[in-house]
Amino acid sequence: MRASITILAKDLRQRARDSTLLVFGVVLPLGLAFMFNVMLGGGEQRRLDATYAVADGDRGVAARQFVEQALRPLEASGDATLRTAADAEEARRLVERKTVDAAFVIPEGFSAALERGAATRLQVIGGVDSAVAVQVAREIAQSYATERRAVQLAVAVATAGGGTVPDRELAERAAAAPVPVGVAQDEVSQRKQLDTTTYYAAGMAMFFLFFVTMMSVAGIFDERRQGTLARLLAAPVSRRAVLLGKSLGGVLVGVLSMAVLVVVSTLALGADWGHPLGVAALAVAAVLAATGITAAVATFARTAEQASNRLSVIAMTLGLFGGALFPVAQLEGLSSVSMLTPHRWFLEGLGDLAGGSLQVVVVPVAVLLGFAVAGGALALFRLGRMLNS
Amino acid sequence: MPLLEVTGLRKSYGGHVAVDGVDFHIGEAETYGLLGPNGAGKTTAISMIVGILDRDAGEVVVDGQPLDVTSVKAKALIGYVPQELALYRDLTARENLRFFARLYGLGGGGLKARIEEILGIIGLTDRADEKVEQYSGGMARRLNIGIGLMNRPKLLILDEPTVGVDPQSRNSILESVQRLAGEGMAVLYTTHYMEEAERLCDRVGIIDQGRLRAEGTRRELVGLVGETDRVTMRAEGDLARAVEDLEKLPDVRRAESGDSQIELLVPDARTHLPRILETVAAAGAAVRTVEVREPDLETVFLHLTGKALRD
Ligand SMILES: Nc1ncnc2c1ncn2[C@@H]1O[C@H](COP(=O)(O)OP(=O)(O)OP(=O)(O)O)[C@@H](O)[C@H]1O
Ligand SMILES: [Mg+2]
Repeated sequence: MRASITILAKDLRQRARDSTLLVFGVVLPLGLAFMFNVMLGGGEQRRLDATYAVADGDRGVAARQFVEQALRPLEASGDATLRTAADAEEARRLVERKTVDAAFVIPEGFSAALERGAATRLQVIGGVDSAVAVQVAREIAQSYATERRAVQLAVAVATAGGGTVPDRELAERAAAAPVPVGVAQDEVSQRKQLDTTTYYAAGMAMFFLFFVTMMSVAGIFDERRQGTLARLLAAPVSRRAVLLGKSLGGVLVGVLSMAVLVVVSTLALGADWGHPLGVAALAVAAVLAATGITAAVATFARTAEQASNRLSVIAMTLGLFGGALFPVAQLEGLSSVSMLTPHRWFLEGLGDLAGGSLQVVVVPVAVLLGFAVAGGALALFRLGRMLNS
Repeated sequence: MPLLEVTGLRKSYGGHVAVDGVDFHIGEAETYGLLGPNGAGKTTAISMIVGILDRDAGEVVVDGQPLDVTSVKAKALIGYVPQELALYRDLTARENLRFFARLYGLGGGGLKARIEEILGIIGLTDRADEKVEQYSGGMARRLNIGIGLMNRPKLLILDEPTVGVDPQSRNSILESVQRLAGEGMAVLYTTHYMEEAERLCDRVGIIDQGRLRAEGTRRELVGLVGETDRVTMRAEGDLARAVEDLEKLPDVRRAESGDSQIELLVPDARTHLPRILETVAAAGAAVRTVEVREPDLETVFLHLTGKALRD
């Protein structure tokens, strides 16, 4: 470990004098996140210009209320156009054909269920290409569901405060708002979504992470070119310690770059990453996963050029299929492929974190660490051959 | 017990055997030279001895401890100076020395003092805080050696440390090695310069095509050739034919031509010289200069392998 730290310190000293890492670790991801942010919205002033379909299978009081109170104002302000769909089937077709950006499906018995106090669901079907419009639709449904809960809370307070509310009225209000109304989003779209700004900041951070960690592990090839690898191997230091030392540089720089991106995108772009602890756990796990994968790939190469070519291709492919460049997880078919990429788990972890409690990151973090361990083990296994070639 | 014991060392690349069963040993405080031409297998052998290259067969034992690529303890006893410059060009000399010394477990005040000491030995005290990329070739060579000394090795292994170095730096390198050997450090020194091997080494192993052809003190090796002198003639004309005719002379052991010169081995050159010159002239070649040398390691090499040490 002492030797690994010595190698780490040396690498950092050399890195500090070279701006490549700054470019790949901070400038490019931030710059692109900023560009996407401007191009794809996230700016407050612009009109949304979305088209939504409503399939009202209920036609009850609550359903009408939802349309009138939650959706009409959007139409009135010119942000959205509403149209009706006969049923859930048609709504889905409209979304799939991109006739509308998203659809709200109100199931039969919606109002009755609310009246009874039974759970019911409001479904949002989102289109793949309409990240922002889908996001807005989701938030509308979410806030409606939250509002119903709030009414119930108010009733409860009124009761505790000495029964100032007439029994009949209390009963009515309680009946009108028992919830929970679950917000169910369809498979066609992501279960939970990050807002656009955060999504692109996170996607870019993860995408470029592979280029940052690549430089550290592939640094073994630079050591060879300079002849210094011979000295590292002749020193009383195990080969694992050498690999670890070279990898640590990537981990540290990766974590730093992530931290800078989180802070700057929050302050400058208004990104909302979620609970800091969850974000930290996901970020560190993602850095370890990227380091493990790049280390493994590097040990199969023979030269620095070969390593960086292959790593670039792999970084691009993983980024593309993992949804770091656009929300690929919404595409059927690709969704399962994306599970093979750390990018997907990182972004999904952040999405879950945005929509839930801190514990939801446990699974994505565990999967990311799995990538790290598998990559590291493969790298160790290949190390002997790499150093001898 | 010898400090370094190498037995049956072997390595091949694909079908090509680079090191083909090399055995030798080095005693405490002994300086041992591996003398051989380009491609003889010196670097390959050294790489296996210091444990950076996996061997196909053989054993390496340093101070009683077996050494291979996975060894840690045994490697601490060795100071290694690679043939190619092995330096971080974007770091200073001091930073280079400190980094490698730390890998050998040095630290604290001892490390600082040792860095100053080594900088003094290699004559870089004044320029210690300049980046290596600003160094001349000779300065970089000296630093390359200095790094190998940081850990006060019991055995110092230098792989052709004077290649591409100006005569002045070369001389100072040789002097340093001599001084260290005098202080009791064992040295393994590879070179293709016969004069270096003669000047520095207690014993020399002559290596060619992966095999040790002979081994011993200078006197022992020269004894292999007998009282043979080496004659070098600068000449013009049909040298090939001249060599052919020279080889027919009764006492000429071996004759070779190359790059407007003829080289031959003959006992007691002075008495044979007139006939040699006659033969060359008869073959239609004109001799410009003649040089006669008493037997040296170069002669031994020519005798053993039929080739000149350098082309
Ligand atoms: N990595 C390698 N792959 C294939 N062949 C190699 C490799 N390294 C060395 N060789 C071959 O092994 C033989 C011995 O090479 P080596 O470098 O040990 O010679 P050397 O005595 O150190 O020569 P020099 O004086 O030029 O440094 C040569 O024929 C060389 O071409
Ligand atoms: Mg060599």
